[in-house]
Amino acid sequence: METIVNSRISQVLKGDQNAYGEIVELYKDKIFQLCYRMLGNRHEAEDIAQEAFIRAYINIHSFNQNKKFSSWIYRIATNLCIDRIRKKKPDYFLDAEVPGTDGLNMYSQIASETSLPEEELESLELQETVQKEIAKLPEKYRTVIVLKYIEELSLNEISEILDLPLGTVKTRMHRGREALRQQLRNV
Amino acid sequence: MSCPDKFVEYMHDFLDEDIAPENERELRAHLQTCQACETHFKELKKAVAFVQSTAHVKAPDHFTAGVMAALPKERKKVEVNRWFKQHPFLAAASLFILLMGASILSTWNQEQQFSFSKQPNLIVEDDTVIVPEGEVVKGDIVVRNGKLKIEGEVQGDVTVINGEQYMASAGKVTGEISEVNEVFEWIWYHIKETAKSTVNLGEGDKQSLEP
Ligand SMILES: [Zn+2]
Repeated sequence: METIVNSRISQVLKGDQNAYGEIVELYKDKIFQLCYRMLGNRHEAEDIAQEAFIRAYINIHSFNQNKKFSSWIYRIATNLCIDRIRKKKPDYFLDAEVPGTDGLNMYSQIASETSLPEEELESLELQETVQKEIAKLPEKYRTVIVLKYIEELSLNEISEILDLPLGTVKTRMHRGREALRQQLRNV
Repeated sequence: MSCPDKFVEYMHDFLDEDIAPENERELRAHLQTCQACETHFKELKKAVAFVQSTAHVKAPDHFTAGVMAALPKERKKVEVNRWFKQHPFLAAASLFILLMGASILSTWNQEQQFSFSKQPNLIVEDDTVIVPEGEVVKGDIVVRNGKLKIEGEVQGDVTVINGEQYMASAGKVTGEISEVNEVFEWIWYHIKETAKSTVNLGEGDKQSLEP
């Protein structure tokens, strides 16, 4: 995959914008998912994920092709998500928790449109709960938890993406897991 | 009761799949005997399983199109270039039609008339253009709907459209001689000319996106 990506990047560097579309196709789901789990809101996630790809395009000449493109785009997206979380005003936060906004909306929509079996309904509710609990984590724990358990990346990749020593990543992972344990123990 | 902190650390090392074998043995032995740590470990694994169980979400439709539309515009020439490279003939043909477009028929009609390139030392008799013996005509000669007689020297290409050319024994042409007769050939001739200049346009452009 990295070979294909590198040849597309070379085309982009020569000025072929269309080649970039193929790169976006390859990574869009992963990056969107990362943003969605980090931000807890589809609309914002789409915004930030698109922004990440646009930034990557603009700065593509500074990408070192000996490294993994995936780590690079993850890094851009992660930083944008963290920025967005920090800039969120408290009232915006409250808004996001109110029923009728994205996450809950999605749940209630699916629930009302189709008559789901009991257990699937429960699983949807559970998903909502888990998403909310992830969103409660401080952003530095949230980041490593999402990268590890949702994006399924190794600790080494995470350390590369976040530009942090492996030891720091582990410490954050431990604290993140402990926080989640507290939050989810009674679910 | 309170257990040493190391057991919780071992639990996390275990979950990170980075635990020394002796530590793992120690942890397992402890979990057999300590209810509190066993519960702690179960809760950790449950929390991880919950996070992992969240459904995978996909990017919305038109995500890529949205990104592409928001990118800074690439230089026009690059776009044009790519298109020409992918469709060289089509590009030439459509560019030709674009340029000649609506006027193609009137152009054709107009070109039914006798005409020729205007070098000063050419002689004209009726519908025949003559390159006189002993004369050197510089530049390309084009004769439409007429004849061309070459008795002297032409330093350039010779093109006769809808006509004929005769070369005397003393006649000499340094460039290419071509005769174009039917309407189709006439169009073909223009397409080739357009294609040539198109290729030149493309080759002259080696720009990248870098500033
Ligand atoms: Zn214990």
